[in-house]
Formats: sequence, C-alpha cells, structure tokens
Amino acid sequence: MTPILQAHGLSKVYQGRRQGLFGKPPALRAVDNVSFDIAAGEAFGLVGESGCGKSTVGRMVSAATQPTAGSVLVDGAPFTRPMPLARRAEVQVVFQDTLGALNPRLSIGRQLVEPLAIHGIGDGDGRKAMAEAKLAEVGLPADVMERYPHEVSGGQRQRIVLARSLGLEPKLLICDEAVSALDVSVQAHIVNLLSELKHKRQLGLLFISHDLRVVNHLCERVGVLYLGSMVEIGPRRILRMPAHPYTRALAGALPAGRPGERRKRIVLSGELPSPLSPPSGCPFHPRCPHATDICRQVKPALRMLDADHGAACHRLEEIAA
Amino acid sequence: MTRFVLIKLGRALITIFLCITICFFVLRLTGDPVDMMFSDEVPETVKAEFRERLGLNRPLPEQYAKFVLSIFSGNFGTSLLDGKDALLVVAERIPATLLLGGAVFILALMIGVPAGVIAAVHRGRGTDRLVMGGAVFGYAMPNFFLGILLILFFSMQLRLLPSSGYGSFAHLVLPAITLGTAMAGKLARFVRTSVLEVLGNPYVQAARGMLLPSRRVLFRHVFPNAAIPVITFLGFELGLLIGGAVVTESVFGWPGVGRLLTLSVARRDLAVVQVIIFLIAGTMILANLLVDVAYGWLDPRIRYGGDAR
Amino acid sequence: MHADGETILAVTDLCVDVGGRRAIDGVSFSLGKGQTFCLVGESGCGKSLTCRAILGQLPPDIRQVGGTVTLSAAQPGRPRKAPRIAMIYQDSTASLNPVLKVGEQIAEPLRVHFGLSEQAAQKEAMRLIDAVGIADAKRRYHAYPHELSGGTNQRIAIARALACRAEVLLADEPTTALDVTVQAQILDLLAEVQREAGLSVLLVTHDLGVVAEIASDMAVMYAGRIVESGPVSRLFDAPSHPYTEALLACLPTLGEVEGPLAAIPGVVPPLGRRPDGCGFAPRCPRGRDICRAERPPLAGIAGGALVVCHFPLTGAVQ
Repeated sequence: MTPILQAHGLSKVYQGRRQGLFGKPPALRAVDNVSFDIAAGEAFGLVGESGCGKSTVGRMVSAATQPTAGSVLVDGAPFTRPMPLARRAEVQVVFQDTLGALNPRLSIGRQLVEPLAIHGIGDGDGRKAMAEAKLAEVGLPADVMERYPHEVSGGQRQRIVLARSLGLEPKLLICDEAVSALDVSVQAHIVNLLSELKHKRQLGLLFISHDLRVVNHLCERVGVLYLGSMVEIGPRRILRMPAHPYTRALAGALPAGRPGERRKRIVLSGELPSPLSPPSGCPFHPRCPHATDICRQVKPALRMLDADHGAACHRLEEIAA
Repeated sequence: MTRFVLIKLGRALITIFLCITICFFVLRLTGDPVDMMFSDEVPETVKAEFRERLGLNRPLPEQYAKFVLSIFSGNFGTSLLDGKDALLVVAERIPATLLLGGAVFILALMIGVPAGVIAAVHRGRGTDRLVMGGAVFGYAMPNFFLGILLILFFSMQLRLLPSSGYGSFAHLVLPAITLGTAMAGKLARFVRTSVLEVLGNPYVQAARGMLLPSRRVLFRHVFPNAAIPVITFLGFELGLLIGGAVVTESVFGWPGVGRLLTLSVARRDLAVVQVIIFLIAGTMILANLLVDVAYGWLDPRIRYGGDAR
Repeated sequence: MHADGETILAVTDLCVDVGGRRAIDGVSFSLGKGQTFCLVGESGCGKSLTCRAILGQLPPDIRQVGGTVTLSAAQPGRPRKAPRIAMIYQDSTASLNPVLKVGEQIAEPLRVHFGLSEQAAQKEAMRLIDAVGIADAKRRYHAYPHELSGGTNQRIAIARALACRAEVLLADEPTTALDVTVQAQILDLLAEVQREAGLSVLLVTHDLGVVAEIASDMAVMYAGRIVESGPVSRLFDAPSHPYTEALLACLPTLGEVEGPLAAIPGVVPPLGRRPDGCGFAPRCPRGRDICRAERPPLAGIAGGALVVCHFPLTGAVQ
C-alpha cells in the first residue's frame, strides 16, 4: 500500500539580507534533509523544541512553503504548487490558535459550508446537511451552526476547525501544536477524537508537538528534530527507550510523573544555538554530555539501528552500554 | 546608527526630488498657465509672446531639464506676479510661518500630553470623560469658527488682543490658540491610547508589584514606551504645520506660507508654487527623518533588532 | 491550616468579583516559611487572579469583596517600603521593560528600596545575574530583553525578585511558555534559589508534572473554589476529590498506551453560570442531588489533606 505521505530529503534554507555592501547574505538552514513516511491510519509525531524546524516541515508538507530541496508525495503523486483545487483538499492543517483560525464575523455554520462551496461540493441544502454531519462526527450538536467563534470554548473551537477540515475528506491531516493551548481535560477529549478519526477514516496524521506525552499516546511513529535535522526516528517506544542523547534529554527533562520520583535527568547546559550560526559537525555537540572530537567535526548521518528505528549519532553504541 | 541615518537621508533626497518632479508636471499639464493668468480678452498674440518669454512653449522635457539644472544653482525661477525671485518671495513668509508653527506645537504639547496622561491614569472615571470630551471639542471645532469666536470675544468684547496682523506677541496668541486646540485635542487622544496600552503591559505590573513609587513607574517605565507611537504622530503633524495653516492665516491676516500657496496656485504662479511644494515636502521628510532617528534612540529593539542570544 | 513550621502567608476566605460576578469564592490556604506550595487548576479556575489579589494588583473592573490576605510579621530592620512578595510571570520577556537594560532593571529595587549607590547596585546586580546561572554576567548586564531568550529572561526576572529581598515568590505559570529542557533548568533554579535565599514559593500552574516535581503541598482549584488541598504525595497517591482524580487520570504519559485517555465529560462552567451547590457536580461521576443543591462542607482527611466534597473518595476524618 502506498503510504499517504512520503517526505524525502526535505530542506529549507532562508536567505537573509546582505550585511554591508559586500559579503554573502547569511543563510538560515531551517530544515536539513528530513525524511519520513506516514501510512494510512497512522499518526506520525514530529517533536522538538522551539526553532527546531518542525513547523517549517509542516508547511512544506502542506505546500504552504516550497522546499529548497526534497520532495513531498501525497498518495504517491508529487504535492507541490501549482495544483488543481481538488488535490488541495487532500491535505488539511489544524493550528494552535483556535480563535485565529476562525473568522470572528462569520457564523460557524457559514464557515463550515464555505470550503464546500469553494470546492464545488454539493449544493446549498446539501452542504448544510454535510456540515451538520461533520459536526456530529466531532461530537458537537447541530445548533452550534448558528453561533459565533467567541461564543464557544477553546475545545469546541478546535472541534469546529476539525469539522471544517474533514468536510473536504482529506487524506492527510497536519496538526501543528493543535492541542498545546488547551486545558488538560479538553486536550484529552481532542486527543481521543483525533485517535478515533485517524482510525475510522484511515487518515494519515502528521502531529507536530513539543509535548512528548501526548505524542506517545497518539502517534505510532515519532521523529525528533534538533536545529532542523532529524536526530532520531522510530516507533513510539523510542520515547521510552531513546537512543540519541537529545531524545534522552528531552524525555528526561519532563517533570516527574509522580512526586518524589526524581527525574532521570540529563543536565543539558546552555540553550538552543541560533540557527543562523549552527555548530560544526553534529548540531547537538555543544550541549551533549557524550561529545567527542568526531562529533565536533563530522555531522552524523541517520543510521538505522534496526528495521524501523534510526538515530544520527556517532556514539550510539557507547551510550547505550 | 550612522548607516541607519545615511540610508534614510539618501531616501529622503530621492523623495523630495520625486515630489518636485510630480509637482512640475502636474502644474503644466493641468491647463495652460498663461491662459490662467490673463482674462479671455487679452489677444492671443500677447499670450504667445508671454509664453515665448517664459519658455513655456518649449517641449516639457526640455523645460524640466532646464528647471532641474537651475535648481542646483539656487534659481527656482521668478514669481510671475511681481518678477521677484521665487525663493525670496517664499523666504519672506517663512519666519511668520515658523513662528506660528512653533507656537502651535509647543502649546499643543503643553496641553495635549498632560491631558492624555491624566485621562489614561484616571481611565473610565469623570476626569477621563471630561478631558476626552474637551479633546473632541478641540479638534471637531472648525478653526475658522473658533478663530472668529476668539476674535469676537478677546478683540471686540474685551479689547485685549489684536484681531489680525503680525508683529508682537499679542498678535500670536489668538492664531496659536486656534490651531493649537485642534492639535492638542488629537494629541491628547493619541497619548491616552498609547499610555493605556503601555499601562496594560506586564512590565508595568511588575514594576508596580515591586512597590516602586508611582512617579518612578510613570517616568521610567511608562513614558519612554508610550512616547514611541506618539512621536510618529507628532512627526506627521509637524510636517503639516507648514502648509496647513491656510484658513487660520486667512482669518487672522497672518502673513504665512499657507496663504501664499493658495494664492499662487490660483494665479498659476508656477515658480512660487514649486518652491512651496519643495519646502513642504522637505519639511515633511525632515520631520519623518527626525522621527525615525528618535525611534532608534528611544527603542533599542529598532536599534539592534533581532535576537543576539 | 499549616501544621509544621510557621506560616508566612495566609489567604482566608478570599472572594473576588469580576464585573459583578463571583470569580473567586471563598478560597483559603496558607504558605509556610521556606515551603513550595502549588495552586493547580485549569484555565478560568481563578488561580492567576488569586495571585494578583495577593499582590493587591487587581485590574479596574475586578474587586476583592471578601476575605483577607495576611503576611506574617516582618523582620525588624527591613526597609518598610521594600516589597515582601515578588512575582514572576508566564511571559518573562514581556515582564521586563523593553527600553531598559536588564541589569538596570535588577538594580532598580536595590537603589530605590535599599539605597544602594549606582556602582554598588550594579555590582550586586551582576552578582545576581551570575547567581541565577547566566554566563558572562558582566556583559549580559547591558543586554536588552529582546536580545535574550525566554529562559534567560525568566532567570533575569528571578534575579530581580531576589534583588527585592522578597520573602515570598509568586510564580504564575513560570515555565509554561518555555521549552521543556529550559523548563527543567528553571525549575532547578527555583529550587536552588529557594534553598539558598530561604524563599517561600507559591507556584501557580496547570501542569501536574511541575507540581509533582517541585512542590511539597498543593491545592486544586475548580471554578473559583478550592476542592482539595494537602501534601502533594497524598493527593497524587490517593486523591479525595473526584476532580483531582479525574485530572490525574486524563493525563497522557510516556508509558504503554492502553486505550483512550479518561477525559472528563462536560466543560468548566463560565463566570455567572456556576451552580449553587458544588461547582463540579454537573460533571462528577459521583454527583447526586445534594451536590447540586448544597455547597459541600470542608472535611479533613487523614494525612493532612482537606477536601470539599459531599462524597469524597477516601473516608473523611472529622
């Protein structure tokens, strides 16, 4: 079965402005050679901290940004602009800001119907019925159609945004920090809903998040980004049993689950370096407790540790021991 | 910082140049100037001779080239009305305009800024409403109406101040108040909004939380931040002061540049109009330049930009 | 309410109205000297508002209409005007004045409240910048907030609180906006600063993980009221209130995935539409008629916990 999404060798470089009259303009390498696949009915979690490039990857997958290098295949065919309207519908995005995603001056019903009208799906009454059906699918009553975005809660808004996306029957859903701004109890509902939708509709789900616990719950496979590079990729258990030092630090930095249980913390000194001047060799070496000479000089390639698990580090064997 | 200023200066010069160019072509393309100057009875031959003398029958690009070249030698042409050098004609009126403009600016600042701050600090209460009501009144009132009212009261009734003319401080008072109230009103509203916005910021809360004295919070934390948008507004207003006092100048017989401009446009006194446009454009641009520089001085985010972790 | 050690901050029956509607309804808890106490709850429960009420910094249309906030007696010799409570905020960069150097902002309370000269204040500020773990303190003194990252600015905010020589530190979601690795560093810093400066910390958060990590005691807020309070270990191991239990149960973990998350049905009631009885009753799996009708009583539970519920999960001890 063709995977719903095949992202291969994605890179994005932004050109800065020239400093002074001479000299090269600085290049910001936001994403560097990122590859992953998503099968139908599978959720892939893209995790990392701010500035790691995960949102940029999301934008390249949804064709909002053109990759500097690499390709995006949706259902086996290239997904780039320009593309016919119908193809556009195959990938939908849900963002963190629920208020910003909805027009405050239009009723919810109108906003649900709008994409259907743009894509020429159905007719007047038919669209209304379809919108109501989608609302039911996300667990909202039909009377929400008459309301306005500010009149409903954050969790309900996120469901509405989902209903709007589902109206176009997409094949791939990209969630960019979609639950990060929600309360824990509401987050649980939305996560459950996403899980259900993914399974029922056999959607591919690209779940971008900084929250490892949510990703562990929802996603079958996970990729960890650091300064634009994929440092580890594999099934969800890599969060519990990480191979790469950065993944270990991320997982270890999570506050304890139970009181008194000290974090199995690996102290990461310093902060994320600026992507404008990335470190030489392995991007993580300045903060890595295991860094050696080769780490400072040569950027490690992603090495497969077994069939479905890879990590980009020179010293994997020594660290695991 | 120097680089910053130099770039702005360069852009400013280009803009002024563009302004004069547009003005030049618009004046000549919107109707024959000579026709405008003379009534219909004047024979065509006289007009033709006039055109020849002024060089107005030459192709436009040639006229333009001559004009640009003469600018560099400081010659803006002669006033069609009295044959005097156009630059001099305008220069004569500049002191009066500057005096009025300066007085208006200072008056507006002295009234508008404190008013705005007081309104913001007492937001929602009686004081706020009173001050803002006054501000709206100030800028909604047409200035010829206010001017005439002031004349009726202070000149006619009380015989305290002269109703028109130029020369002493007493002559300055009424025109300055007329224009100043409008600008003060606008300024007060602007200052209020800006101060309110800053007051709502977490760093002001934090400063208050540290129990710093109110005055210190206001002067050290609120004002420098609130000043930034207000400065843009002031720059804009400053630029307008040069040519925008036409009505007031008419009401009070104030010999300023604004009045000269309308007269010259009506009479198609091309040279004088060009000089005044140049002056207004230059002032506007200079004001904006000063604002940009002030920004950089006040706000380190603009000075250094971006993050330097 | 506080068993061992002295109480430094006591909040008793605090009631706050927002636009005429009750937002905080009779909240009571106390903070012991040198203790870390967490106020936990979801958005809209009133925890941030409680902080502002403690500081006495309520916005214009919000008023404290009942209850008291008392600090224990001050140390003699302490400058009267120096703040005894300092606060750090969720958005650390926004809590710093953008047009002033960060070092100057730390030096400010030293000069204003403690009368230090400009040089002395600068020296002390640099020492504090170093003490909160920022490298190259001398140079960083002259930096502006927008030049520094969120994590660094939060350290600066902590340094500023230390400069006030405050006894109580209020922290309103101090790590929520930060990356998880930086969050860990800041939590460590807070613990260290508390030990060394003897600070008492009241931390407001929605993240139960942070609570487990750093706090010894906690109170859970729901819809403007405290539903349960007590030692953190007790509440995590054996919650007495159905809301606390539900909250703990709906958290995702890094462990094996066993079916959907146990989400709480319904939504938090908005202001003005809070039930007469127990606020949680409409969503509570154990809710009965009396819960909707009458406000539940306060009951003590073994292990030093207090719960406000008609049918607490563990037996009540009177």
